[in-house]
Amino acid sequence: MSGTFVGMPAFPEAAHEAVNNRTLRGNLRHATHTIRAKREKAVSEVSDWAELREAGKQIKDHTLRHLDRYLVQLEESVVAAGGTVHWAADADEANEIVTKLVQMTGESEVVKVKSMATQEIGLNEALEAEGIRAYETDLAELIVQLGKDRPSHILVPAIHRNRGEIRDIFAREMSEWGRPAPEGLTDTPAELAEAARLHLREKFLRAKVGISGANFMVADTGTLVVVESEGNGRMCLTLPETLISVVGIEKIVPTWQDLEVFLQTLPRSSTAERMNPYTSTWTGTRDGRAGEGDGPQNFHLVLLDNGRSDTLADEVGRQALRCIRCSACLNVCPVYERAGGHAYGSVYPGPIGAILSPQLRGTASEIDASLPYASSLCGACYEVCPVAIDIPEVLVHLRERIVEGGPVVREGNKVVLKPAKGHAAERAAMRAARWAFAHPGALRTGQRLASRTRRLHPRSLPGPGKAWSGTRDLPAVPAEPFRDWWQRTNGGKESGK
Amino acid sequence: MRVALFLTCVNDTLYPDTGRAVVKLLTRLGVDVDFPMSQTCCGQAHYNTGYRHEAEPLARHFSDVFRDYEAIVTPSGSCGAMVRELYPRMGERARAEGRGESLATTLAPVVPKTYELTEFLVDVLGVTDVGAHYPHTVTYHPTCHGLRGLGLGDRPRRLLQAVKGLELKELPGADECCGFGGTFALKNADVSAAMGADKVRNAESTGAEVLCAADNSCLMHIGGTMGRLESGMRPVHIAEILASTEEEPAV
Repeated sequence: MSGTFVGMPAFPEAAHEAVNNRTLRGNLRHATHTIRAKREKAVSEVSDWAELREAGKQIKDHTLRHLDRYLVQLEESVVAAGGTVHWAADADEANEIVTKLVQMTGESEVVKVKSMATQEIGLNEALEAEGIRAYETDLAELIVQLGKDRPSHILVPAIHRNRGEIRDIFAREMSEWGRPAPEGLTDTPAELAEAARLHLREKFLRAKVGISGANFMVADTGTLVVVESEGNGRMCLTLPETLISVVGIEKIVPTWQDLEVFLQTLPRSSTAERMNPYTSTWTGTRDGRAGEGDGPQNFHLVLLDNGRSDTLADEVGRQALRCIRCSACLNVCPVYERAGGHAYGSVYPGPIGAILSPQLRGTASEIDASLPYASSLCGACYEVCPVAIDIPEVLVHLRERIVEGGPVVREGNKVVLKPAKGHAAERAAMRAARWAFAHPGALRTGQRLASRTRRLHPRSLPGPGKAWSGTRDLPAVPAEPFRDWWQRTNGGKESGK
Repeated sequence: MRVALFLTCVNDTLYPDTGRAVVKLLTRLGVDVDFPMSQTCCGQAHYNTGYRHEAEPLARHFSDVFRDYEAIVTPSGSCGAMVRELYPRMGERARAEGRGESLATTLAPVVPKTYELTEFLVDVLGVTDVGAHYPHTVTYHPTCHGLRGLGLGDRPRRLLQAVKGLELKELPGADECCGFGGTFALKNADVSAAMGADKVRNAESTGAEVLCAADNSCLMHIGGTMGRLESGMRPVHIAEILASTEEEPAV
């Protein structure tokens, strides 16, 4: 993934700052609770939600199982419609392909539709290094780009910013990138939106190259689909002469009919809307279709792997590839709400990020090894997921990979991971506990020892226990464990309480 | 009916009062309760922290201890969910790894017979009024594994509503996690503590004297937070409320 996040500290450390930032926590709490309530309402309107969820899961699983076949079919369909298909094994390859394609047009500016895939590979930075400026046109992405910030939410990348902060960013930065913010800009939503509209419109009308991702790709017609709320996507997809779409290989659906399911579940899960204000579909080039005058003259599809085939090889973890990036799991996650998106060290924050990033990137870095633990396993994410990804199951599966090691596929090769460093003491404790629990006599001796020494127990703990006693009182050890009481009183039938 | 009490290692060691309350309650309802002394731990802490291979022998041990009983009752939604949901999954995984049928076959008999306490009362015994008396204001926190794992639904609330003298207060944000999460409380202490503090603030806003739940591990975290925040509230396990009568009131 993007070099932006190299050297991120582990999750607990990264979360520490956010937990203690009152403004950030306030912004996050307000935003996630608002959208959570709206989503619940939008979902409850649909009488067959459970069936839709199951259908989405089945379609995705079927497609992933036959991904090789559908990818070939997609390529044939895109080529037949006048497009060109490029295959990128990783981020570097994808960035190189896109950079060359832009250079071939002779342009040094591109407009962008909000896209997770291009963020994942750090495309904007790669283009910048070659002297090509990429303009984000989604309002929230614009705020993040102008603020020299990083997105902290899949759907609402600037969720951590409030209106006052956005006004200041616009007033300060817009002139650097194009049309300046109007004089005396206030923080009312209408004024902020109008400032962004004027700033962006100049770019849409000038741009010769557009870059997008896609929410879906239909294999049998070679059609790509983007759903959005602001209309900026439609401008980028229709106005430029050249369109380059960078899409993860897992985004395929076999037919148009399959879209029916996702065009219901995605908007309700993500923005709590019944349908998206803009649903744009494009198939090849305008010359590829007789009698049509709209759309790009050149269309390039860059199919991105970047760890997806490796993820597909893992039979528990592969369900993460069902994700349709609705971000419902972020909005219900109590950990995300307190830690914020940046703590996850990836463009994919929240529960889905905690299972996706360590699979796409591997678990070698400190941040990736800590992500599977960034959850209390409360299960709220699984409950809201419109494609039924059992996120807690995958989290536990990845924890196992970290503490016990085992066979995985990396860059197409089978390798056996060693247990991660830093878990030796925990592993020893787990083994000792397992031994004691397998020997009830030993457990009982331990309980009695704890009971006899109860008056000597400290109020705060040393070592790893410090994390507990820093904010919570310890429970008092009782004078007698239950099993001793049971034996002494014959299950309460004889004297003594 | 002869049932085995699976008390869980946390209750046995730290919360023996909960165990005594379950025995008192079930005996009052005419159930013959046994406590197999060789029981230990279901292996949840191991499993959830990533030590599935350490959890497997504990699951086998659990099955050896409990397989011959008609029903297994536990006052823990979390450990109940471990047996009911995750034991079959452990069996499937062992099978997928080509380690034969043995684990899946060993665990299968205990899975459908294991009940969380409130589930057992409502579904098996068919009672909602257990004849309890508890003259206090109470707010109920449905713990995550009970709520989303086992799907306890409104069973605990129906039982509480039938308790004489008890006034039930709605807990704002009830279905949000308290932040315990087993080793999560240690590995991500800052986030866990923040979640716990929010839970306590929500509980305090109800004005109730007692916060009640069906899991002592969550109550240990919430109670520990209440203690540190000098909240006037007390954490109480639901079994202790249901066991309380006018003659023998719970403290």
